[in-house]
Amino acid sequence: MKKLTPQAVLGYPVLALFVFISLLPLWMALKIGLTYPNDVYTSASSLLPSAYTPGNFLRVMGLPSTIELSAFRAAPIDFMLALRNSVIYTALTVAGQIFFSALAGYAFARMNFPGRNKLFFAFLAATMIPSVVLFIPNFVLIKQLGLLNSFAGLVAPTILMTPFAVFFLRQFFLSAPKELDEAARLEGASQFQIFWRIALPIQKGPIATLAILLSINSWNEFFWPFLVGRDPGVRVMAVALSDFMSQTGRGNPDWSGLMAAIMLSILPVIAMLIIFGRQIVESLQTSGLK
Amino acid sequence: MSGRAKSISLRQRRRKEALVGYLFVAPAFLGFLIFYLLPTLRAVEISLTDWNLMRASKFVGLGNYATLLSDANFWHSAKVTFAYVVYNIPLQTVLGLLLAVLSDRLARAVWLRAIIIAPYLISNVVAALVWMMMLDPILGLVNAFLTFFGVGPQGFLASPDQAMVSVAAISTWRHTGLTALLFYAGLQAIPAHLYEAAKLEGAGEWTIFRRITLPLLRPVLAFVVVTSLIGSFQVFDVVAVATAGGPSNSTRVILWYIYENAFKFNKMGYASAISVVLFVTLILITLLQMRVLRADQSDLD
Repeated sequence: MKKLTPQAVLGYPVLALFVFISLLPLWMALKIGLTYPNDVYTSASSLLPSAYTPGNFLRVMGLPSTIELSAFRAAPIDFMLALRNSVIYTALTVAGQIFFSALAGYAFARMNFPGRNKLFFAFLAATMIPSVVLFIPNFVLIKQLGLLNSFAGLVAPTILMTPFAVFFLRQFFLSAPKELDEAARLEGASQFQIFWRIALPIQKGPIATLAILLSINSWNEFFWPFLVGRDPGVRVMAVALSDFMSQTGRGNPDWSGLMAAIMLSILPVIAMLIIFGRQIVESLQTSGLK
Repeated sequence: MSGRAKSISLRQRRRKEALVGYLFVAPAFLGFLIFYLLPTLRAVEISLTDWNLMRASKFVGLGNYATLLSDANFWHSAKVTFAYVVYNIPLQTVLGLLLAVLSDRLARAVWLRAIIIAPYLISNVVAALVWMMMLDPILGLVNAFLTFFGVGPQGFLASPDQAMVSVAAISTWRHTGLTALLFYAGLQAIPAHLYEAAKLEGAGEWTIFRRITLPLLRPVLAFVVVTSLIGSFQVFDVVAVATAGGPSNSTRVILWYIYENAFKFNKMGYASAISVVLFVTLILITLLQMRVLRADQSDLD
């Protein structure tokens, strides 16, 4: 048993408070999601619902539910469709970005070609360009290409590269041993085979780390999808939830439906956090130590 | 093999390697060119025009920048954004630091850090919606809590005086865990023998923190402050969801004002001019900060 120092006596309650404040809003969202719409206000100050119902969760998923809201209050949210769109958007951007950035990162680290360092420096400088200066020209381009409200338009700016991903992967290719590459080259393997069969598998760990970081970003991305993907057919979860809120009206929103939808939408994230908690924590920790 | 044949084959091999290298870089280069380099130039180009996306654009020179200087709405949005940054960054940094030091000292279990970053793993949109519920005048737990302690219900997001602070508080709630995690990683890199030596010499907690922890944490501190500062100047999501720039324009931050100009008033040129000004400001702030915080030097060396 550790000795209780004055620091611990002060410190543990503060830590507990941080945990409490981190989780309280999510707990309240869960509570309201489980509350009958008519009871939402009567049990407002309580941490537990007056009566439980799974009805809100069922109705936002489009399943038969005992809860019927009057037509003008029940805003349509096609939860399953938004979930599908978010999965497609995240999968495409993360997979594409990692593959193409790995190709480039490998070439920058391992191959010789004229202009290599200048090009890499240009990529690096691009990390300084904030999205605020890019979104208008990019929006105009996507619009002129007729790609508004399509997955192609949604993923286009990030599927081929982000400066961060190229930079991150190049670092790891630089520090990997060269001997295996050389051996494979002597046996007549092509450059792509060496990359795909040898160099890439060695970086499984860093790639998993990068995939975690990029998935968090893509899953939570709002601004770009908000601009180019408002059509329900391609609308991702974050945009769908925001539209749901503005449609139900600010005066008297369908709180229980909204909170149920929110809890469902963060379920994959919570599941990931429980299963891969250590890896997620460690990935995020490395993102600051470049 | 004669020397000449060897040098030719070497040159051929080099040329082939260069070609393959270009092929490897090509897709990423395309992405860089189309979605980073050209748009940056295009933003400047659009900012010199009067353009509503429908008709052909008209060159107006620096006209948009001149308009901007005397646009009270622009200065208001700059002021509001600045207020947001001033509320958000110090609070988030200090709380993150406190949390990191506490978990480094008292609780290194990974599950604790997993809980602490949970708010960061959910989107800004969800954070905004959940806090709209928490801060709601009737439904919200925060007002129930305040009422319990004899403070009357507050308007929060619905009040022009409190909306910007509320938005900043929501951002702080979502980001403090990540900030703490980055600091925590930085703290782990500080060798334990330094603390032990200081303790042997009788240094107190505060002295150790000020003389050892803080200086050795400076590179991470600089990184975190610079990135969150750049992010803060571009705050959008929480505003878009929770306040839509209101009430009475009290949360009309710069990016929201740019968005309004571009997509509600169809003033692409003017919106681009503001975005270019913000871009230049951000670069200047970054360079300045890097200098002040001497980000590239660690006292560990």
